[in-house]
Amino acid sequence: MSKFWIILAHTYISKVKSKSFIITTAVTLLLIVGLTNLSNVMDYFNKGESGEEIAVIDESEAIFSPLKQQVEAVNEDIKLTQFTGDEDAAKEAIREGEYDGLLLVRLNSVNLPEATYHAMTIADTTIANEVKNSLQQLKTQLAATQMELSTEELAKLYEPVDFEQLALEENAKTEEELNQARGLVYVLLFVIYFSVILYANMIAMEVATEKSSRVMEILISSVSPIKQMFAKILGIGLVSITQMAVLLGVGYASMKQNLDTMQGGFFSYLGFGDLPLATLIYAVVFFILGYFLYSTLAAFLGSLVSRIEDLQQMITPMTMLVVAGFMIAMFGLGQPETTFITISSYIPFFAPMLMFMRVGMLSLPIWEPILAIAILIITIILLAIFGARVYRGGVLMYGRSTSFKDIKKALQLTKNE
Amino acid sequence: MVLKIENITKRFGTFTAVNDLSLTIPEREMFGFLGANGAGKTTTFRMILGLMDSSDGRITWNGNPINYSTSRYIGYLPEERGLYPKLKVKEQIVYLARLRGMEKGEAQTELDKWLERFKVPEYANKKVEELSKGNQQKIQFIAAVLHKPELLILDEPFSGLDPVNVELLKEAVLDLKKNGSTIVFSSHRMEHVEEMCEHLCIMHKGSPVVHGSLRDIKKSFGKKNVVIHADFSLDFLKEYPGVIKHKKTAEGIHLQITGEEVAENLLKEIVPYGFIRKFALEEPSLNDIFIEKVGASYE
Repeated sequence: MSKFWIILAHTYISKVKSKSFIITTAVTLLLIVGLTNLSNVMDYFNKGESGEEIAVIDESEAIFSPLKQQVEAVNEDIKLTQFTGDEDAAKEAIREGEYDGLLLVRLNSVNLPEATYHAMTIADTTIANEVKNSLQQLKTQLAATQMELSTEELAKLYEPVDFEQLALEENAKTEEELNQARGLVYVLLFVIYFSVILYANMIAMEVATEKSSRVMEILISSVSPIKQMFAKILGIGLVSITQMAVLLGVGYASMKQNLDTMQGGFFSYLGFGDLPLATLIYAVVFFILGYFLYSTLAAFLGSLVSRIEDLQQMITPMTMLVVAGFMIAMFGLGQPETTFITISSYIPFFAPMLMFMRVGMLSLPIWEPILAIAILIITIILLAIFGARVYRGGVLMYGRSTSFKDIKKALQLTKNE
Repeated sequence: MVLKIENITKRFGTFTAVNDLSLTIPEREMFGFLGANGAGKTTTFRMILGLMDSSDGRITWNGNPINYSTSRYIGYLPEERGLYPKLKVKEQIVYLARLRGMEKGEAQTELDKWLERFKVPEYANKKVEELSKGNQQKIQFIAAVLHKPELLILDEPFSGLDPVNVELLKEAVLDLKKNGSTIVFSSHRMEHVEEMCEHLCIMHKGSPVVHGSLRDIKKSFGKKNVVIHADFSLDFLKEYPGVIKHKKTAEGIHLQITGEEVAENLLKEIVPYGFIRKFALEEPSLNDIFIEKVGASYE
């Protein structure tokens, strides 16, 4: 086995075996399973609770029964009870826990209902809102009757307007497609953002650990620093793919199982119903390129510090770049066609997120993503050449300072004068 | 298998770390490198190993440059000690040995032998951070020599060890030499170099001030030491012609003289004064030479 593969295997195995890796993966898995089973989880907790009981004092005596019907048709967990007693007695009953709330309804001067709602706290707005909505409907009906409108006339009033958006550009995405794409791109952007930050940090940490523990000098006397750097980048790359595969696999399986309960809900907005293949492929490509770009950067920044404590300071500018790219991408989701976004999507450090966002949201001519990919690849190669030289000098350099002047010093160490 | 260093110079910006150093280290030699801190020893080692390029000159081993293709035959113990703190001794020694081109199984058997020899077989499955500093150093020494290097470079191999472990390591180094390794080492301890090396080089501010075989260096130094123990006062010898330095001791006096003939005259001079318990003419110690050449006390 060549030395490159020995380092790669060593990096991969010791990382995957490490406690921190196993724990992080397990916790994230738990989160994913929990999230995809959210409705089940919520049902489970709600099972124990009996519905809400609300006392009603109806001065007009005409509203209570239609309101009760209306409310219970919408949410059977809310139970309305006619209270026989005065307001103070009802409030006392709430304090004693007999009822969850008190609704005072009366008819106003124009014979339409109005109400006051009392509860121990009004932090929970769902119940009050549902009662309010029901009362609103009741009011509408009553008002309609007063105006002698028929049910058809009423329905006509409330019918939503037909409003459709159509794109003129050929093969532009339809409104529905766009909504789906937006959700998917949103989620994938998060994945790219987090994984680039996470794994680039991991690499910088690896390098800085080897350097601060001084094992580096033995390593570079047996294997060239450049070989080491790339073996490490690929090794951590495999770690990231392993982690991603586990997380996405479990997430997908868990989601598939629960798809029935989530149909039409939040998740269909995210566009997981049927995943557009092209978007996924672009996600993978831009993820890999983004990873290589930032991990090369991280490796050579990591090689410049001599103590772990200084590492954060050194890689903060890099993290800022990732964050900036992510922010612009988030902002661009709503208006992907602005010139600013278009230009930014060709800047190598933003391209992984921005070009992916554009390609996911818009129907770009194929040369645009290809151009961005080419720019990325060239940048990665340049950065790797430059980074490898800095790395070679950086690993031999021990000192207190953590400024970027060190890059110059590191280059000088490797230079033939 | 000759290590040949020809006119190497290393400059960092305007600072010259190593200036025009030429050395030839024959096969199966033990070569000692001496010099104060910052004299350029570690930089020289790094250039020998190819970790740094020299600004001028060239270094060859057996006629070929030393680079990563020869790393199988080279062992290096850096001055800065360090191993992976979280890895078990066995895991990392085997990993480092494989990077030197050793087979996994072979590395494991060799490691067991070495741990046995250093009387620490129970460390194989311990994490490095659990070991004491001295023991970590032993482990690192094993990492440097496990693959039986033909050229072994040891940067301060004995610093920070207790006397028992120094002996243990010294023996190991001598055995490696017996088995055919060429060894270059630097040390802070003159007596180690004096005891173990046939050839040596004293560096001062990047330049070699003395180099050659130990015997030749001592001979060409010319000056000798005289130790006299007597019951009468020897103070008057301080001014005696040919005496360069003097140091009073509890039992008499230590003198540095310009040559053997001065010793003869000295003896004649003091005999009439009374009983002389000891009169010895000694070779200069390496320490004397070092102080003379570098102009400062070393330790």
